[in-house]
Amino acid sequence: MINFDFAFLIEVLVGGLLAGVMYSLVAIGFVLIYKTSGVLNFAQGAMVLFAALTFVSLLERGMPFWLSLIITLAVMVILGIAVERVVLRPLVNQPPITLFMATLGLSYIIEGAAQLLWGTQVHGLELGIDDTPFEIAGVLISKFDLVAAAIAAGMVILLTAFFRYTRIGLAFRAVADDQFAALAVGLRLPQIWAAVWTAAGVVALVAGLMWGARLGVQFSLSLVVLKALPVLVLGGFDSILGAIVGGLLIGASEKLAEVYIGPMVGGGIEGWFAYVVALVFLLIRPAGLFGQKLVERA
Amino acid sequence: MNQGIVDLPETATGRSGVGHSLALRLDAIFLSFGGVKALADVHLAIAPGEIRAIIGPNGAGKSSLLNVISGIYQPDHGQVWIGDQRFSRVPTQRLARLRVARTFQNLALFKGLNVLDNVLLGRIADRKATFVEQLLGWGRAGREQNQAKERADAMLDLLHLKHLSNRSVNSLPYGLQKRVELARALVADPKILLLDEPLAGMTAGEKQEMTRFIRAARDKIGTTIILIEHDIGVVMGLSDKIAVLDYGRKIADGTPLEVRTDQAVIDAYLGVAHEESRAVEV
Amino acid sequence: MSTIATKTWTTSRLRAWLAALALLIVAYGLVPYFGTTYLLEAILTPFLALSLAAVGLNLLTGYAGQLSLGTAAFMATGAFAAYNFNLRIHGLPLTASLLLAGACAAAIGILFGLPSLRLRGFYLAVSTLAAQFFVQWVLTKFGWFSNNNPSGVIDAPPLSLFGFSFEGPLGRYLFTLTVVVILTAVAQRIVSTQTGHHFIAIRDHELAARVIGIPVFRTKLLAFGLSSFIVGVAGVLWAFAYLRTVEPAGFNLDRSFQIVFIIIIGGLASIRGAFFGAALIVVFPVILSCLGSWLFGGLFDSGVLDMSQRIILGLLIIIFLIVEPNGLVALWDRLSQSLSSITASKRNHP
Repeated sequence: MINFDFAFLIEVLVGGLLAGVMYSLVAIGFVLIYKTSGVLNFAQGAMVLFAALTFVSLLERGMPFWLSLIITLAVMVILGIAVERVVLRPLVNQPPITLFMATLGLSYIIEGAAQLLWGTQVHGLELGIDDTPFEIAGVLISKFDLVAAAIAAGMVILLTAFFRYTRIGLAFRAVADDQFAALAVGLRLPQIWAAVWTAAGVVALVAGLMWGARLGVQFSLSLVVLKALPVLVLGGFDSILGAIVGGLLIGASEKLAEVYIGPMVGGGIEGWFAYVVALVFLLIRPAGLFGQKLVERA
Repeated sequence: MNQGIVDLPETATGRSGVGHSLALRLDAIFLSFGGVKALADVHLAIAPGEIRAIIGPNGAGKSSLLNVISGIYQPDHGQVWIGDQRFSRVPTQRLARLRVARTFQNLALFKGLNVLDNVLLGRIADRKATFVEQLLGWGRAGREQNQAKERADAMLDLLHLKHLSNRSVNSLPYGLQKRVELARALVADPKILLLDEPLAGMTAGEKQEMTRFIRAARDKIGTTIILIEHDIGVVMGLSDKIAVLDYGRKIADGTPLEVRTDQAVIDAYLGVAHEESRAVEV
Repeated sequence: MSTIATKTWTTSRLRAWLAALALLIVAYGLVPYFGTTYLLEAILTPFLALSLAAVGLNLLTGYAGQLSLGTAAFMATGAFAAYNFNLRIHGLPLTASLLLAGACAAAIGILFGLPSLRLRGFYLAVSTLAAQFFVQWVLTKFGWFSNNNPSGVIDAPPLSLFGFSFEGPLGRYLFTLTVVVILTAVAQRIVSTQTGHHFIAIRDHELAARVIGIPVFRTKLLAFGLSSFIVGVAGVLWAFAYLRTVEPAGFNLDRSFQIVFIIIIGGLASIRGAFFGAALIVVFPVILSCLGSWLFGGLFDSGVLDMSQRIILGLLIIIFLIVEPNGLVALWDRLSQSLSSITASKRNHP
């Protein structure tokens, strides 16, 4: 019997799950926007970058932590309102593919603006969470990852409560369900969409802070969005729970594949493995694990 | 066509006796979406060359019925007979070969093409030329294209659309778009034609013209026609028989006179008894 | 009334042919004499290669309505396939390598197009993204494709077509031009036959297309195959004629997006549109950098240029989607129509 290193397997698995949580942080922003407006916001990654860059640059210019946070939040609110006014409203009746292309263009604008304003160099980000690993039952776990998981869980709880118990949350759900009916009962769509995009901006900020602290704040942050897509495919584009579960699955399978299959083919499969998983999954269950099954009524 | 006494299980024989072949037959169709019953125990027997209307209140399952016949929905139970072929789910991609054509409630024209090209596409089931042959324009590709064009031109002529051949369908008013869709369906020489609210949104004059075209399709080509329509006057004047659906069930099936005076139908759909209503003379 | 209709139809067709002829005369006759090396090497050759890639993508995304975000992967497949065929089969003419490279790209395209049986829209785009990342990884990881060259960057072989050798900036330009002209003609032909109409039908109303008997799945695969063939050849041109090196880095996601931008800005479902869009994409950075350094002087370094380029490109996309979703082609047609009506009215009222 080969001595299979179970402890190592668990370690990799846990590491992967926690990395997956980070993906979920970004995916949740997607879900917010898709759920309420049917738009797949490719610019979510750019928003993550923009939020993180703004925050870090303010910090570096000597502003205190909480002030920087508040100002960055304000900036994301302005961004949300601007996007609704300038991009979404003129394109309101266009097919989803057009809106997707528009968010593609938007991502370019936000990425460019972020780096034009704040520069292209890498910024380190210290959040006060030190990354010392600690041991549970012989398995090494990163403290940082645990904090990230806690934050993600907290955000999910907050969002769920928000959707269920606040009036705006209810309005979000109404718009997500049936735009025309929402209009009929007097809900103001432009306001709601601006609010949604702002909420997504806030989520992007949280994701940006966590990713920035881990990777450093730099351009490659906006590429995290590319990992969020397989997560959404697995979890369903309109489910927050799906974003979490999808993130966990993608994170875990990616890490496991890299560690166990990677060496056989020279490594680096993390770049595409998530996509192949998503593809295979799509062929078996097109709506995702928690997504709403589309009934095609001719 | 008389098949004799031998019982052929695949033949769509009607209850009335052996050897009476039907154009279309539905046997005990059940269909539900989630918890909603769209169709429940629907039977339908349609003779060749018949014009059968399907009427009923909104949500009665009329479009679902057409979708079952065209294979877009698979019924939970039941069979569909087209000619003497039996299906539990009609293969949509073979509809043209089965010589079934249909129009859609929400217009299914190809907006990127003009009128002629839309109608030309109706004939594609008869084309045998491969992609390469078409590319080079050789032999049968050229012949098939010419034949198709002749047929399409004739159909456009018949429906008074010839002068609009090169117009983009987008630029046409709604009533004309519906006519183009009818032309596309008819150009394939179908044995069975399914029309989903072909007169919706038309003016009285347009309706008269359209009704004339529909009747001409049956009279000239012998097409069996099944149509869903809300204009009761048109329905009464055009149809040979009418089936009435309500909440997914068939509540009446008979001649226009029978249906008009059926109490169940009046209660569910027609409202006041229509003793004075005159059928629209076409 | 119908005679007038046919008269204008023939006139417009005649005008299109004349325009094409005029362009060919300029491209083959005037440019070689008056074009500078810079124009040939840095502007025209990449413009032609990108245009061809955009023509290919337009067949798939513009006409057949299947969104693809992995164009660069198919370009890379073409480039590397051509390189390897040329290298490993001695005496194989470059023309054959080109065709085989296109065939390889077509095969990969069809493979990643198989999910189109069950997937639509964004979900299908996921499949093309998988192609993008996977192909790039394979070409980088497995040294065999680069002939185990330690630097990973390989030189492109010299160009020849039907026995003629094409050297130097002018030679490479003419080579590219010839290939692009031939394949664009083929694409134009495809689009005007029933196959092209099938593509449009599937894009506009897939259900109706299925109902009238168009073999939807087969047609989608055909679109993937034809498109990837053309895109693969474009990749060969990009590597062999423009960059003159073959490396995976230049065929990344940004490149795929670039081609998508080209067809959006140029005009979806339009062969001409590919050229309009590519012209803008190629020329615009040059103009921007000249303008920037003229306006801002030294402040306008390459970093600023890159970022401003990104911003303006993004703005252009959004502006086009809002104002003219049919792209530059529609703008051009409207302009030329109003010009011809002005000249016509001038003729009538001198």
